Amino acid sequence: MGSTTLKTLLMATSILATAGFAHAADTTLTLESWRTDDLAVWQEKLIPAFEAKNPGIKVKFAPTPPTEYDAALGARFDAGSAGDIITCRPFDKSLEQFKRGNLASLNDLPGMKNFSDVAKSAWTTDDGKDTFCVPMASVIHGFIYNKDAFDKLGIAIPTTEAEFFAALDKIKADGTYIPMAMGTKDLWEAATMGYQNIGPTYWKGEEGRAKLIKGEEKLTDADWVEPYKVLLKWRDYLGDGFEAQTYPDSQNLFTLGRAAIYPAGSWEIGLFNTQAQFKMGAFPPPVKNAGDACYISDHNDIGVGLNAKSAHAEEAKKFLDWVASPEFAEIYANALPGFFSLNSTPVKMQDPLAQEFVSWREKCKPTIRSTYQILSRGTPNLENETWVESANVINGTDTPEAAAKKLQDGLDSWYKPAK
Amino acid sequence: MTTVAEVSIDRAEDRHRRRWHILVFLAPALLVYTAVMILPLIETLRLSLFNVKDNQSFFVGFGNFQVLFGDPRWAASFWNALRNNFVFFLIHMLVQNPIGVALAALLSVPKLRFGAFYRTAMFLPTLLSFVIVGFIWKLILSPIWGVSPFLLDLVGLKSLFSPWLGKPGSALIAVSLISVWQYVGIPMMLIYAAMLNIPEEVLEAAECDGVTGWSQFWKIKLPLILPSIGIISILTFVGNFNAFDLVYTVQGALAGPDGATDILGTLLYRTFFGFQLQIGDKSMGATIATVMFLIILSGVCLYLFAIQRRMRRYQF
Repeated sequence: MGSTTLKTLLMATSILATAGFAHAADTTLTLESWRTDDLAVWQEKLIPAFEAKNPGIKVKFAPTPPTEYDAALGARFDAGSAGDIITCRPFDKSLEQFKRGNLASLNDLPGMKNFSDVAKSAWTTDDGKDTFCVPMASVIHGFIYNKDAFDKLGIAIPTTEAEFFAALDKIKADGTYIPMAMGTKDLWEAATMGYQNIGPTYWKGEEGRAKLIKGEEKLTDADWVEPYKVLLKWRDYLGDGFEAQTYPDSQNLFTLGRAAIYPAGSWEIGLFNTQAQFKMGAFPPPVKNAGDACYISDHNDIGVGLNAKSAHAEEAKKFLDWVASPEFAEIYANALPGFFSLNSTPVKMQDPLAQEFVSWREKCKPTIRSTYQILSRGTPNLENETWVESANVINGTDTPEAAAKKLQDGLDSWYKPAK
Repeated sequence: MTTVAEVSIDRAEDRHRRRWHILVFLAPALLVYTAVMILPLIETLRLSLFNVKDNQSFFVGFGNFQVLFGDPRWAASFWNALRNNFVFFLIHMLVQNPIGVALAALLSVPKLRFGAFYRTAMFLPTLLSFVIVGFIWKLILSPIWGVSPFLLDLVGLKSLFSPWLGKPGSALIAVSLISVWQYVGIPMMLIYAAMLNIPEEVLEAAECDGVTGWSQFWKIKLPLILPSIGIISILTFVGNFNAFDLVYTVQGALAGPDGATDILGTLLYRTFFGFQLQIGDKSMGATIATVMFLIILSGVCLYLFAIQRRMRRYQF
């Protein structure tokens, strides 16, 4: 008892010393996060909006740099000093914290009804019984293009695979622009911007992903090999020496106006808006045949959960409920264009490029990256292998079939689908 | 009789006392070394014999080693890393050390002008951080903004350029040569020092006997600097098999393309700390670290017992 009193006293003095004064009735919630970049957004926009509506609750945004976040948070959980509200990494890292009893189940949070099952999938147990984080934002894949270049060459936005390659041919024949800005040096570009970007169109999004997890489909099936065959065709349209082209190289090639099409993730929007001097547009991954259903990768990236041992669980739940509200979604999505709210209520956004990306949600079926849920738990790690093999296919080191076989063999070595 | 006995006891106590202060003076170094080197080493060796299941650590004997060498995937990535590491080492031995010796020989030419400048310039990369070295070389070799394609273009040899760092066949050689460029100063300095230690009289005597120029280098200088070359070789061996930083900065943790530049250090890093979605596996990581330790230990022992003992030393 004595030591707790002492701790409380010390805590109180330190709060008084740092915050100047705190109203006696106020509860302060600490929000753990790895998004150091978002400090201003939280402090200037989100937290004031919440505090205005909930007098008596103060929120303190306390980020840790991304590379240290997981380890530091784990240590704070062990020591019992973690914040009340925890920013959740998608999938296994948060699931592990839930299993250890560090994150509370949020099934009874009223705001949860605002989210689809796909949105919640990143923070739901394998059996689907418990959801432990409020989905906050996702990133969408697609292609950003140089509108000036398209206008100059008279290219319409491609909607089918054939049109897409016809457009690339035209850009290549003209010679002013590198048709596509992508490199294989950093490996993940090929996997994330390539395979996971166009793949859902071929494996039919969630349907294929669920079958893969159940073991009804294999990575060696035609639907999963085909994206690799298409990626192999990209090879001819990439810049000279793409094998040694890094991710920043690709970004620069595009924003300097030297490349016409950029296989993108929506997180690029903020940066591209400030750097590119030309008009930009975006289109979703082209479908195989005109009229086919389209699929997009709408990948859950960030959520927020409740520390199971928080002393202010009630207040924290109020905050989480607010995060689940359309109001939060609108402020957040506009402050960080490219990070899209997962809320089922459509959000009004000011940024035209971000609007274009998010509009695909209405006509295309969303899915998440195929390797993220469950399938990357073992060794060899499917996600990492996919990086290597996607680059191998484009570099010509492996054929699409050989790459798929390697991935499936690796997966088979440890993953036994539940029957 | 009694006095003799007392005296001998006194002497024993004397010796005893003397030993105490040796221990006291050794203690700081011993404690620090134990805390930062020996204990972690023992802990690593211990960890390699354990595995974790459901947050419970239990003893598995050599189970982890069985997995590392028995499981086809683990074995494939381990042997790939070891093979790459040998190539890495071989390139250093064949390129870095001969160039180092040659540079030292040139520097020790008595009539050389601007010797101090060359010495500094050539040693400078060694002082640079590997992050800077990795970054500049990535830029130099970049097919998009790099100076190497530009310079080759100037002399009409653009066709010789290829994205070396991105091709499985050339990436390892390119990374090794970057490392050679960075560290060539070390053999150069050590050999240079050894060459300065060769007494004038020996060289003068050689000259009187008509041994000059190249034959003087081969017959007089080289045998005299051979012990230094031995030391350099072993330093290169230990350094190369512990290497990690340059590959990590230039090629990333997955050491692409297709694992072509994966060496033991990067394999250990990925296994122990995890990477992206891969969660770190401390036991397997410790197992790889143990194997690395044994490889380096056996290499050093081989050198100490088989080579250094046979090396002839000359006293002046």
